[in-house]
Amino acid sequence: MALLSIKNLSVEFGPQGRAFRAVDGLDLAVSQGEIVGIVGESGSGKSVTMMALMGLLDGQGRITADTLNFDGQDLLKIAPAQRRKLLGKDMAMIFQDPMTSLNPSFTVGYQIIEVLKQHMGLRGAAATARAVELMEMVEIPAAKSRLDVYPHQLSGGMSQRVMIAIAIACKPRLLIADEPTTALDVTIQAQIMELLVNLQKAHNMALVMITHDLAVVAEVAHRVAVMYAGQVVETGSVARLFEHPAHPYTDALLQAVPERSHGARRLSTLKGMVPGQYDRPKGCLLAPRCPRVQDRCVTERPALTAHKVDAVRCFFPLNTEVAA
Amino acid sequence: MQTSLPTPSVTDELELASGAPPSSWQEFWRGFSKNKGAVIGLVFMAIVCLAALFAPWVAPYNPIEQFRDHFLTPPTWVAGGSSQFLLGTDEVGRDILSRLIHGARLSLFIGLVSVVLALIPGVVLGLVAANFGKVLDSIIMRVMDIMMALPALLLAVAIVAILGPGLGNALVAIAVVSLPAYVRLTRASAMTELNRDYVTAARLSGAGTLRIMFVTVLPNCMAPLIVHATMGFSAAILEISALGFLGMGVQPPAPEWGTMLASARDYIERAWWVVTLPGLTILFSVLAINLMGDGLRDALDPKLKTAA
Repeated sequence: MALLSIKNLSVEFGPQGRAFRAVDGLDLAVSQGEIVGIVGESGSGKSVTMMALMGLLDGQGRITADTLNFDGQDLLKIAPAQRRKLLGKDMAMIFQDPMTSLNPSFTVGYQIIEVLKQHMGLRGAAATARAVELMEMVEIPAAKSRLDVYPHQLSGGMSQRVMIAIAIACKPRLLIADEPTTALDVTIQAQIMELLVNLQKAHNMALVMITHDLAVVAEVAHRVAVMYAGQVVETGSVARLFEHPAHPYTDALLQAVPERSHGARRLSTLKGMVPGQYDRPKGCLLAPRCPRVQDRCVTERPALTAHKVDAVRCFFPLNTEVAA
Repeated sequence: MQTSLPTPSVTDELELASGAPPSSWQEFWRGFSKNKGAVIGLVFMAIVCLAALFAPWVAPYNPIEQFRDHFLTPPTWVAGGSSQFLLGTDEVGRDILSRLIHGARLSLFIGLVSVVLALIPGVVLGLVAANFGKVLDSIIMRVMDIMMALPALLLAVAIVAILGPGLGNALVAIAVVSLPAYVRLTRASAMTELNRDYVTAARLSGAGTLRIMFVTVLPNCMAPLIVHATMGFSAAILEISALGFLGMGVQPPAPEWGTMLASARDYIERAWWVVTLPGLTILFSVLAINLMGDGLRDALDPKLKTAA
């Protein structure tokens, strides 16, 4: 039984009838101890999915789903108080920009201890000791003296470490990392990714990694879901998906990685843009941009079809002999 | 990439960031004392507060005692002045210095109470408006708009007319009149803060609405509120004197700076000191409080504390 299971999740914004579907029939399952990467370009619905999952959209978006379960609890029907108990304890999240994710008015130590008080009932010296332990766990040097430091005194990498410390403070079973390294420079990125993977192993957490950095996913994830315009277009194991992409969009994404275009004069790209609110195609959402488009793609929308453990949303997938 | 990170850059950064971490009080004082105006304001207000606290011992005379032989005696250093009354006497022969010292009690009390009476409900209403969606927000803000549309003094007079004259009612009136400014200020800064990532992060840690309002967001909205509260302090002193002038605030024999100023206006040409001295006292106190508020904001707000 999966720790997190999402079936047919849709999120709509705006007035009924003229609504924009940011997430469209998304399926995702994450098991204990698994690292799942979610890749897609900006606006493909990666973050909105996680916001919906965390209940952070409040009245703004309409969420519908067949299943939205975390550890047997239905997140669609859960009472707000119950959800607050879950958030930060069993489900935690870290963000893209560490510099704005910490409250500038409080010391780092206070912000870590706050979570420990709230969810673990730790007080006084025990809470302080645990906070120091957590800061050491995320490899912050001289952790004890760092407790009394304000966020503006920390660098981006250090702030992100603190955010991770807060996120793992209550030993969550699911950690969602929303582009955790985008705002950091390359050397720090590598350190943070390494740290996340180590912590994931140590605590046997499920880790959902949202990113548009394919290299990161290739290195750390076990499974990948590729999103396009609010839909999952392909899921699969990292090894299979990177070696033999089945969906033309995945293929195009991989073609656009600079290393793969070595020697070519230009990067290979897909023409056109992600469809917006008013120009969503009737058929396959990729049809206007797809190099392998056929008549059927324009008139009919493909479903996410399973090929053994993997799934593809395409009538004419590539590399099927390997995928199947 | 190794798991342990004995890289020099990390430790260097530590040296820069903390060094020998000063205690919070030392840190506050270092920030505060950098602002010379604030220190001068603090010293002045400390003297005024001490004078107010020990008024019966510091003041040479009883503030309402009348010396029938000494109407409108000029201050000591002016021709015709006497060393008996350092700052002279007023139109009924009361010692002005004693009245000013005793007046400090009333004025400070008025300033403090009216600010607190306006600040607390103002902050609560502002946070509620910012947090609880469209309907409540509209109701609160439209009521505040209506209150702002009325001239402040007129509204205060109307409230006192309903409640009846007297110090307590005048304080309530002033608090009500200055309420909209606090509500708007709080709401505006809370709205900007609510969209920050750290608020989302707090919600993800399981913080409830009340906690978000008062613990997460409020401390980050304090800077403009502190500055406005110090200005409100001085405005309250001025407003209570205006009400006193209209016979609706502090009643005459009581030594209140504004009332003193108002009752002395007939003598402005014959005896300048009766008007000037209370006026200068108000001026300097208000200035000192404003300077202090500025320094307080610089010292208290960690966002403005720069590493440099």
